[in-house]
Amino acid sequence: METREQIFDYLQEVFDPEVPVLSVVDLGIIRKVEVDAEGTHITITPTYTGCPAMNVIEEDIRAKLTEKGINNFDIKTILSPAWTTDWISDEGKRKLKEYGIAPPERSSPDKSLLSNHIKTIKCPRCGSTDTEMRSFFGSTACKALYVCHACKEPFDYFKCL
Amino acid sequence: MSDATAVNKSLLNYLLWLGDSNLVLGHRLSEWCGHGPILEEDIAITNIALDLIGASRLYLTYAGELEGKGHTEDDLAYLRDVMNYKNCILVEQLNGDFANTMMRQFLFTAFSYHLQTALLNSTNEQLRAIAEKSVKETTYHLRHCSDWLIRLGGGTEESHKRTQDAVDNLWMFTDDMFEVAEGDKLLVTEKIVPEMATIYKQWEATVKQVLDEATIKVPQRSYMMKGGRKGIHTEHLGFLLAEMQFMQRAYPGAKW
Repeated sequence: METREQIFDYLQEVFDPEVPVLSVVDLGIIRKVEVDAEGTHITITPTYTGCPAMNVIEEDIRAKLTEKGINNFDIKTILSPAWTTDWISDEGKRKLKEYGIAPPERSSPDKSLLSNHIKTIKCPRCGSTDTEMRSFFGSTACKALYVCHACKEPFDYFKCL
Repeated sequence: MSDATAVNKSLLNYLLWLGDSNLVLGHRLSEWCGHGPILEEDIAITNIALDLIGASRLYLTYAGELEGKGHTEDDLAYLRDVMNYKNCILVEQLNGDFANTMMRQFLFTAFSYHLQTALLNSTNEQLRAIAEKSVKETTYHLRHCSDWLIRLGGGTEESHKRTQDAVDNLWMFTDDMFEVAEGDKLLVTEKIVPEMATIYKQWEATVKQVLDEATIKVPQRSYMMKGGRKGIHTEHLGFLLAEMQFMQRAYPGAKW
């Protein structure tokens, strides 16, 4: 029987369909993996409530485990504690930046978001802080749209949740 | 009726109200897809629609479980007629122009934000989990529509006028968001849901703060139309449902 660590290794090969450089482990949506006499139990949590990738991700996990010869498993989805970008691993943040998406800058949105506070985000391409937010909502719910005034390139910022 | 049964029945009613309100507003926003004034806004509006429909799925799935008749979120969304929809009537109002859409969005989102924040303290674990999940998204929504109102209100004479018209036209539907159903009392006693009067005060303060900054006048109280939770709707909801439910009505059980 596979160990917990092996299952995690397999899950490292399952990628987010919308941010294909991040594995489901990097993304922090795998909340728990348990292996016991009855099989493998995996607990996942959605990133956004309306994230259309969630169903695909669950299917991909099933396909990957089946491919690895594991048939006796179940996947449970939980809502609480709610997913936060703080759970994206450091490795995940590094991969995001390499991919051209500015990684999230610390902690979840709070009341400060409602006042006029907007974080300064570094351009993932040239590193300049001379950037401007264009929209809180980017190509997917999890990203905001920025533009860099130094290299004149637009970029996605993985916003804090 | 035992206490537990009465609580379940009231909670079911409450969940349908929340689920339907999010679903109907999500659908309204989706009508903007491909029609946004600028590309960024087209994307923002449809993103928010997705979040609202996502929240609605959580409420309706839980409602189906509580009801215990084997109804899924889809059954509840696609197979209930207009009289059984419990959404607040504000959200079913037509998109109108962009100022009207943003004002409707703001009036509802400010309410939804304070309600979800209060539900973080619910004694009901599932309701608390849903609130915990969606309030983070709602914070972004509230920032988004507040920003727009401030920009439109302080913009040109035309944008200011349209924004003022929007709030004047929509104001009569706002009290309906705070309507209390008979069973809510029980839910408040059990600390499952907050007192609506508290949410109203918080909503009023947020509305005043943002509209003041947008140089838009908060309308005077006058006739208020109510009845959403009882299934009494304006004419617009029927047309919306006819479109939204078409596929499941014409081809029952259709899947892709």
